[in-house]
Amino acid sequence: MSDDILNEVWPVADAPQIPDEAEVRARWGAFAWTAENAETAKAIIARYPAGRQRSAVMPLLDLAQRQVGAETQTQGWLPVPVIEYVAAELDMPFIRAYEVATFYTMYNLAPVGRYHVQVCGTTPCLLRGSDDVIAACKNRGMAKGKTTPDGLFTLTEVECMGNCANAPMVQINDDNYEDLDYDSMTHILDELAAGKQPKTGTQNPQRHTSEPEGGPTTLKEMVSANHDYRKEWGA
Amino acid sequence: MSLADKDRIFTNVYGFQPWNLKAAQARGDWDDTKDLMKRGQDAIIEEIKASGLRGRGGAGFPTGLKWSFMPKEPRADRPSFLVINADESEPGSCKDREIIRHDPHKLIEGALIAGFAMRARAAYIYIRGEFIREAETLFAAVQEAYDAGLLGKNAAKSGYDFDVFVHRGAGAYICGEETAMIESLEGKKGQPRLKPPFPAGAGLYGCPTTVNNVESIAVVPTILRRSAAWFASFGRENNKGTKLFQISGHVNKPCVVEEEMSIPFRELIDKHCGGIRGGWDNLLAVIPGGSSVPLVPAAEIMDCPMDFDGLKAVGSGLGTAAAIVMDKSTDVVQAISRISYFYKHESCGQCTPCREGTGWMWRVMERLRTGDAAIEEIDTLFDVTKQVEGHTICALGDAAAWPIQGLIKHFRPEIERRIRENGGALEAAE
Repeated sequence: MSDDILNEVWPVADAPQIPDEAEVRARWGAFAWTAENAETAKAIIARYPAGRQRSAVMPLLDLAQRQVGAETQTQGWLPVPVIEYVAAELDMPFIRAYEVATFYTMYNLAPVGRYHVQVCGTTPCLLRGSDDVIAACKNRGMAKGKTTPDGLFTLTEVECMGNCANAPMVQINDDNYEDLDYDSMTHILDELAAGKQPKTGTQNPQRHTSEPEGGPTTLKEMVSANHDYRKEWGA
Repeated sequence: MSLADKDRIFTNVYGFQPWNLKAAQARGDWDDTKDLMKRGQDAIIEEIKASGLRGRGGAGFPTGLKWSFMPKEPRADRPSFLVINADESEPGSCKDREIIRHDPHKLIEGALIAGFAMRARAAYIYIRGEFIREAETLFAAVQEAYDAGLLGKNAAKSGYDFDVFVHRGAGAYICGEETAMIESLEGKKGQPRLKPPFPAGAGLYGCPTTVNNVESIAVVPTILRRSAAWFASFGRENNKGTKLFQISGHVNKPCVVEEEMSIPFRELIDKHCGGIRGGWDNLLAVIPGGSSVPLVPAAEIMDCPMDFDGLKAVGSGLGTAAAIVMDKSTDVVQAISRISYFYKHESCGQCTPCREGTGWMWRVMERLRTGDAAIEEIDTLFDVTKQVEGHTICALGDAAAWPIQGLIKHFRPEIERRIRENGGALEAAE
């Protein structure tokens, strides 16, 4: 794994080469919210005090990336004219929105594939076999920081995603797949490639979420009923 | 010493039952919240102080004391804010996620009560961007609470007006640092601020602000319902309460589990995780509190109480109670080097010692991993970690330094062995 870190090109989807500006302007210069997203944007801005609308830059960049994704049938990305549009919506200088877009890893600054395969490679996942998950991706022709020629998958090795008790894991667009191994990862990629939605969450048939494999060691009543423990408080 | 299910706070932690308001109420959440609030702001703060609750985000600062720093009479033009840190990104940590996706109403009710106690006008829950489905649940749960009159004007019929907003991050570990989180909430890069001023004086939008971890806030309603004495009956002195432990790595059954503070490591693992992979003789070392704390070798951790003082005594820390377990098959230098890579990736770039140091330390760690180094470089690396530590605005520099210091302290012979086998020692001697 670490050999990969050293040897591979590390610009990934969050630190890429910015695409040609003229082409991007021609394609995205007229970007504007859909009617639905215009309403959503208004509701987002209302979460912050009057005059503090700049606080909405992160959720609006996310919304914009999702709209681009919907238009391109990918996870989406943020062309410069789209960032300019968001900055104008919030009455803030473009460069302030741009520096937010470049600071946070979830904003894609270059196009990605239909599925953004983000494999966690941090130590808790490494210890549980994230190398095998990466190997399953490579076996399907993926390479870190690149999109497959069919435009289906972009592979990124990401940092800890906070699912460590269900390691190793991958986030693909909006869903997590946990307790992976080479075979289950291969299966997930096969399903996605076939246009199907694989089961999300843990891939271990012996687990529901983050309880120990085989069943919880605590709170067993909760498995079958919404138990109210208050009745036992006095005891 | 064994925590009974009736004394567990997060009864739906595994999500076997629905998270929604109706199910949460059937489990006891939002039960006469207004009566809890009727006790008054100072009484609530005193109760939390008496419970011994220490912040669950890693630093362990007493929660009630933190609240007492907030102004008693906020000015109309400078309202107070509660910011709830749900930017769970510390490698090993995965507890706030379970609270948010399976028991969100404990957090939302806690936000109202804590916000009321510190006289805040609103709470912002800052949830890490990668928790996409979890955020969907949280948004929906907050909306349920509004629809039921539990938030907003006259929240829960308490006579107090209080709003809860959810703010999604977008991928930056550093936003878990409280002032970076505030910057990010204001729509900027998440770069930590110099302190002072502390957030309680000038935080979000320059207004008085308290930043608390999800777990710290979510346990508050239960503590008030069951009393400070109940909470303080668990754990050793100065280390009170119950705690969500997260165990990852080389145990037979990794899991998240709520246990009594101060539970010995061995008991925690044997009871809930099916033991160490390959047996206790196969245990190499444990990073007991998330990636920022130094590792502890097997012999020292086995019977160590899992609490703030117990882990401090073995040169490490409780952190977020996220234990990363490594058995003897582990390439321990690689394990720590990968953590060094994490900090290099997550350094915000503001302070030179961290921006330059994290990359430098990682590159040397990678050479130590393969043995492509000279023995003296171990000391140079140690020296550089000391140059980074304590010389940055926030604790990310320290967090990057400590795991390496722990590795050198406990596994120096292993590092030297690799260098010798690679011929590095010979080269240096020539």
